[in-house]
Amino acid sequence: MPDVIQVAQLTKHYPGARGAPPVRAVDGIEFAVRKGEVFGFLGPNGAGKTTTVRMLTGLTRPTAGSARILGFDLATEVTQIKKRIGVVPETSNLYDELSAFDNLVFSMQLYGVPRRERRARAEELLARFRLSEKRDVPFAQLSRGMKRALTVAAALAHRPPLLFLDEPTTGLDVMSARSLRGMIADLRREGVTVFLTTHYLEEAERLCDRIALIVQGRIVALDTVDGLKARLPARPAVEATLADGNGRIAMLRFEGRSVEEATQAALAQAAAEGRQVVALNTPRPTLEDVFVYLTGLSAEVMLAEKGKT
Amino acid sequence: MWRDDLRGMFYIALKDLRAYYLKPPNISWGILFPFAFVLAFAIRNPGELRDLVPGLLALTLLFGTSSMEAIVIVFERRTGALERLLLAPLRLSALLAGKLLGGMAFGLTVTAAVLAIALAAFGVGSVNWPLLILALLLSAAAFSALGAFVSVAVREVFEAQTLANFIRFPMMFLGGIFVPLGSMSPALRVVACLLPLTYAVEALRAAMDGRVTSATALDLAVLAAFAVVLFGAAVRTLARHIE
Repeated sequence: MPDVIQVAQLTKHYPGARGAPPVRAVDGIEFAVRKGEVFGFLGPNGAGKTTTVRMLTGLTRPTAGSARILGFDLATEVTQIKKRIGVVPETSNLYDELSAFDNLVFSMQLYGVPRRERRARAEELLARFRLSEKRDVPFAQLSRGMKRALTVAAALAHRPPLLFLDEPTTGLDVMSARSLRGMIADLRREGVTVFLTTHYLEEAERLCDRIALIVQGRIVALDTVDGLKARLPARPAVEATLADGNGRIAMLRFEGRSVEEATQAALAQAAAEGRQVVALNTPRPTLEDVFVYLTGLSAEVMLAEKGKT
Repeated sequence: MWRDDLRGMFYIALKDLRAYYLKPPNISWGILFPFAFVLAFAIRNPGELRDLVPGLLALTLLFGTSSMEAIVIVFERRTGALERLLLAPLRLSALLAGKLLGGMAFGLTVTAAVLAIALAAFGVGSVNWPLLILALLLSAAAFSALGAFVSVAVREVFEAQTLANFIRFPMMFLGGIFVPLGSMSPALRVVACLLPLTYAVEALRAAMDGRVTSATALDLAVLAAFAVVLFGAAVRTLARHIE
């Protein structure tokens, strides 16, 4: 499959405050995004995810390096790129004063969608994102989840083959986040390439075909979810659910040189403590395990740092 | 490229008019504010009311074009909405030109209403219409560019209002509306020569009186220069912000 994004040595430095050395927000990253895939860009807050998106979408100029997007050079053909991409920024940023319908129509006007198609396309998007009933409601009066959905709809209004989603589910309630993830999965089925930045490990694991892990402006790993998990050294283990005579439940992890040895250890401990083994599972490594292994950071760092912003 | 830019300009102006400008409080404020000032002056000098019409038009244009425009860009930057325009396939200059057009359209609309009232009250007389239209357009462009520059030069809405008033209020009293340039001290006359409002008032006065001189051409040229320089400065400033 051809690459829709090719990035080489992309770098963004910001001047340091009061004579301090420059801040290396993004430091010579390289990657390629294939047509039709959901490409995850995963990392803690401040790792350089949003700066990378801002460079690739023409919002800020790289300090060094190059990128080709949909075959166009980012340095010289940024307008051609902008015509063909959709961008959902971290903040839902449509116009508070305009209705849901008018916001979609304005997006299409900016991107040159022919007048005869605008109305039908806006209605189609409202229906698809379950916002038809809110057609004439000003953006300011929509719920947070609806605002997010409408922001995604506006980014898709001109039918871009490549969509950038920057932290799409941050701050959403469970149902809205779930609904949005469903929409992203639908887009993938329709052949839209999605560049997704997120700090939610589970979200990345569920949605992405491949994931680049970025820490302190550098990509530390890039692979499929299974490929990333395969990097973990094998540590056979079982998770045992134990119950005592009073019905109290505890879940413990046992490791060994083999699964059998770990199982024996679990059974031995249960017998020694007079507890019953209710369930035994062989845990599969998660992306969180990979993140901890590759970065040396705890997975909580992602959420804790995000919570500060 | 040009087609994309022109389309973007047009729709940005249209969106700004719908979303911000054409709200009843803006329209009434845009007309009432200059009238209130002129009325206050006219009560003291009732015989000179007709002479104040060019100044009233210039004042309406100044506040009509720049009041909202000085806020719109900084407001959209705060809400993130400006980013939508920066992501659109058009040049930065086209984006700002769209903002400029929105301010001009609103300023010219309220000024047209004031002009209609003034003409109904004092009669058409010897108005030079082509010159009047040209003077109104160039004045609106200069004032709107001033509003755009103020809006990109600051980070907060209250800063934009403060800076805009810091520029506009002295200009109102030194621009030859209430005090003729000839009556000013030489020092104040030099200051008046640095203000776009002065040239707008002079050009509009020539148009209303139907007396075109070589100085009128100079007034129009200076207004055009103000529009170009302030617009260029606004584009450069915004470009620096998004580096």
